[in-house]
Amino acid sequence: MFQRLPEDARAPLSFLLDGEPVQGRAGDSVAAALLALGRDACRETAVSGAPRGGYCMMGVCFDCLVTIDGVGNRQACLVPLRDGMEVETQHGRREPGR
Amino acid sequence: MNLPELRDTYDVVVVGAGPAGMSAATAAAAQGASVLLVDEGVGPGGQIYRAVTTTPLTDRAVLGVDYWKGEEVAQAFAASGAAYLSGATVWHLDGERHLGFSVGGEARLVQAGQVVLATGALERPFPIAGWTLPGVLSVGAAQTLLKAQGMTATGRVVIAGCGPLLWLLASQYVAAGKPPALILDTTPAANWRRALSHLPSFLLTPYARKGMKLMARVRRAVRIVSGVTELAIEGETHAERITYRRGNAAPMTVPVDHVLLHQGVTPNLNLPAAAGCELEWNEPQACFQPRTDAWGQTTQPGIWLAGDGAGIAGAEAAASRGTLAGLAAACALGRIDAAARDRLATPVQAQLALQSRGRAFLDRLYRPADAFRRAADTALACRCEEVTGRQLREVADSLKVPGPNQMKTFLRCGMGPCQGRLCGLTVTETIAAARGVGPEEVGYYRLRTPVKPLTVAELATLHSTEDERRAVERG
Repeated sequence: MFQRLPEDARAPLSFLLDGEPVQGRAGDSVAAALLALGRDACRETAVSGAPRGGYCMMGVCFDCLVTIDGVGNRQACLVPLRDGMEVETQHGRREPGR
Repeated sequence: MNLPELRDTYDVVVVGAGPAGMSAATAAAAQGASVLLVDEGVGPGGQIYRAVTTTPLTDRAVLGVDYWKGEEVAQAFAASGAAYLSGATVWHLDGERHLGFSVGGEARLVQAGQVVLATGALERPFPIAGWTLPGVLSVGAAQTLLKAQGMTATGRVVIAGCGPLLWLLASQYVAAGKPPALILDTTPAANWRRALSHLPSFLLTPYARKGMKLMARVRRAVRIVSGVTELAIEGETHAERITYRRGNAAPMTVPVDHVLLHQGVTPNLNLPAAAGCELEWNEPQACFQPRTDAWGQTTQPGIWLAGDGAGIAGAEAAASRGTLAGLAAACALGRIDAAARDRLATPVQAQLALQSRGRAFLDRLYRPADAFRRAADTALACRCEEVTGRQLREVADSLKVPGPNQMKTFLRCGMGPCQGRLCGLTVTETIAAARGVGPEEVGYYRLRTPVKPLTVAELATLHSTEDERRAVERG
């Protein structure tokens, strides 16, 4: 997991992770908020089902894909966290309609 | 700015808000050009100056003085009058200089008189066994989390690989009071021999003194194992152990919570290559780069490339290269004549010459070992489609596959969402080794629009004319 340095004084934000209420901070990307919660893995791959988490944090590796507010395959490292956001981890192949 | 304020045409469209992009936009706007800068990030800075206007880190010593130089570049850009669209993902550029991009699920096309691509660099793939396990991140990723969110990896943190960025992150972790447990240095000992003749010119640069100070600070605080020739990360659902080997010595295994990998950066090729810019192989840097002249002109008229995307030279050189490309674009538009362009460029070119000194030494010293540039047998070369190094070699040998585009059809490597960004160089170099030829002969993936995934719903938000709608309507 990743830990915030003590000098970080940004405001907390509440969001849902797989239906559970959790907190991040203003200025987090969704991927950063998950790492701070100890969620190093955020999906399972479509090919083998192996667990994955973000590797590059700059939008190139596509390993941090999550479902955000009902839309699947969003790059968590590029999406700023917002209050009340609904984030879901992804399991295997993309589900139809998402 | 927001999407509704966007115009259909601009004199210059710049892609990327790192030092090169911001400087190009500033220079072109100063000559009266209408400039739009589009960038995927939340704020200006690119990767090197990531979050320079918003970082929660107030202690400037943690990120260091070089990081804070980005403030000046960002301030000049903010005052330039150039329009700035953040959170915009560019998925299309063609030879007629139409740019397609999306913001928050809405797509737009704009027409540019001139285009400056400042799309920067990516970290070179590091295809060792276990590099896809949760808990393993790139050094650049850890640095992004430090700059933008003030976060550090916890537990037993092992940093492995080579290159200046590895030492910079280690020193930033030390300055933040979070030194890593271990550094596994993979710099090949033989590199020193090739680098030595470039050492005198490197020693004349400010980088030499800064680099030695930085490495000394890390050495005082962190255990370092050098000469590492083999690496593998193991674990069930998370990185649990790393096994390393130095030459013929017995392998050693240590427990880990996080592994941070890095072996240099290489130009981000997808957008210029999809726009039809020719690529060339850079042997000292072991990577492809778009072919450019001293102004950044690519082989596509009106498309310029500035910064590390045109060959790795670092942040300060990137800002100078951005200014030169911005002046050249303004000249191509007729905003200034060639004499004015040259006069304005002269001091920048002199500065760039100084900033470029020492690069030959760094390129040669930190060139990653062959074994780490080609995928290990059990390592995933292609993370998206989960293709191993062994599969690549077997297909290359048995089917005599000439290059990466044929390899795709057999193994699907490079066909996942990252579009080859994390496997392109690995696949090229693995095939080249199997064939016994150079990477330039094997070539790179053929890259096409859209260079990032684009949904049909996004595409459908593009404005269409009455004629266009009528042309596809039934009845």
